[in-house]
Amino acid sequence: MLALVITVECIACWACEPICPNGAIRVKNEIFRIDKNSCTRCEGHAELPQCVEICPVEGAIIDAEGRAMNPPGTLTGLPA
Amino acid sequence: MRDVQESGCGSNPSVHALVADHPCYSEGASHRYARMHLAVAPACNMQCRYCNRKFDCSNESRPGVVSGVLLPDQAVERTREAMRRLENLRVIGFAGPGDPLANPERVFATCRPLRQQFPELHLCLSTNGLHLPEAVEAIVAHGIHHVTITLNTLDPVVGEAIYSWIFWQKKRRRGVEAARILLDQQLIGLSALLARGVLVKINTVLIPGINDSQVPEINRLVSEAGVFSHNVMPLISAPEHGTYYGVMGISGPTEAQLQQVRDRCSGAARLMTHCRQCRADAAGMLGEDRQAELKINASGGRVIAIQPARREPAPEPVLLAVASSTGELVDIHFGHAGSFRIYRVIGETIEALGEREVVDPYCHGDDRCVEESHSAASLNRLLNRLHDCHGVICSRIGYTPWQALLARGIEPVNSHAHWPVREALRQTARKLRQQRAQNIPMAAVAGMK
Ligand code: SF4
Ligand code: SF4
Repeated sequence: MLALVITVECIACWACEPICPNGAIRVKNEIFRIDKNSCTRCEGHAELPQCVEICPVEGAIIDAEGRAMNPPGTLTGLPA
Repeated sequence: MRDVQESGCGSNPSVHALVADHPCYSEGASHRYARMHLAVAPACNMQCRYCNRKFDCSNESRPGVVSGVLLPDQAVERTREAMRRLENLRVIGFAGPGDPLANPERVFATCRPLRQQFPELHLCLSTNGLHLPEAVEAIVAHGIHHVTITLNTLDPVVGEAIYSWIFWQKKRRRGVEAARILLDQQLIGLSALLARGVLVKINTVLIPGINDSQVPEINRLVSEAGVFSHNVMPLISAPEHGTYYGVMGISGPTEAQLQQVRDRCSGAARLMTHCRQCRADAAGMLGEDRQAELKINASGGRVIAIQPARREPAPEPVLLAVASSTGELVDIHFGHAGSFRIYRVIGETIEALGEREVVDPYCHGDDRCVEESHSAASLNRLLNRLHDCHGVICSRIGYTPWQALLARGIEPVNSHAHWPVREALRQTARKLRQQRAQNIPMAAVAGMK
């Protein structure tokens, strides 16, 4: 399964980093990215990708096809 | 105004010792001691509808993630520095930018060296409570004696309207389910803290139309439980905050609404009236500075309070300009004000002298405007309009106008943001009079910026 990707929408809130079961979230100068060789989409650990479940920003995490894992409107409850 | 001494805890010397020099718990101490918040906890585990994680949160005691986060060793260094500069520093708070208990390792890794190196400091922590029950033992073990829990409702149905989601047991959960889990955790955590002798304060954000009726109930419940103090804070909400409430047009209470709800809170938990909704990276005094009454004991570096000056300076009139949209709250940025409200304060009497229009506001940018966009000519015109004022009270102010005001002998005051105007006027006038009597430049006691 293809790894997830963090986009420029990321606000560097650090929520995802400590809960990734694979230590796949790498931080350098407050830029967050997912190491594509370490990310397993949390398979075997959790039903749903943990970073996606805790991320507070719509569109900050996308899949390999570029689809937002948390699409607009899904987190804030605000009309997209 | 009730005092610590006459509160229900007067018979318990240990509680008294805990609160006596904590500015957030003791109204008296808020005038004498400084506190600093260390932004070591970036992550959060839920989403409140009054919060936008990107920016400084005006409701909870925390800055937004953009304000920068400290690693534990940086936080210890910052404390050492502050101990040198703020001689009356007594309290270190952990409040964010996220939730301290969503980042327990970072918080406790900061507590350990702090306790060793500065045993005289009180450590306190504010949390949404979601991970409180499992953290209680560590909180006690790390010498944190004060915990604040934000409790906005006792009804999960109401909670659904306050919280968008929580992250709980590997899943994002929403709605009544999320609110119920949160409430359970808060109440279990609360009673565990009280059982361990930790001093607990409850914060409740009053959200008009959403939790008004809940607030007196919360007050009753937490009072019966033995909570030391209850702080009912007004929702602060504006569309530009980008929060759910801001965008949906749910705004904060008026001073009268807030007072009405506070009046209905009759439980034993003292209602705090001196909260400034400090930010999680704030340092300095809560409310009025009284630095002049303090001096360092050179030998021990400990702070000793000196008796306040006996002679009360005779009340001289103080002329103040306020940047306020409706005259209720101090809610306008200095550079955005289209007019200033002018007041004369004599003793405790406040006299409104009308408004002075500003032909061209000094700043045309948005909230995060750059200084370069400002016109020196409009700043000068503005300063001329205010030439006879002793001080200007506004919610925020840039560095350039701050310096320009000081150069003209006008005190810029931005420490009363979102305070009721009258309260801000009284405090500022008192401070200016005191400063006049003692001839201290006010900027020197304004605390760290
Ligand atoms: S999907 Fe899971 S494994 Fe991949 S980065 Fe996110 S948390 Fe880590
Ligand atoms: S949780 Fe989302 S916004 Fe926060 S650091 Fe991770 S990707 Fe960025």
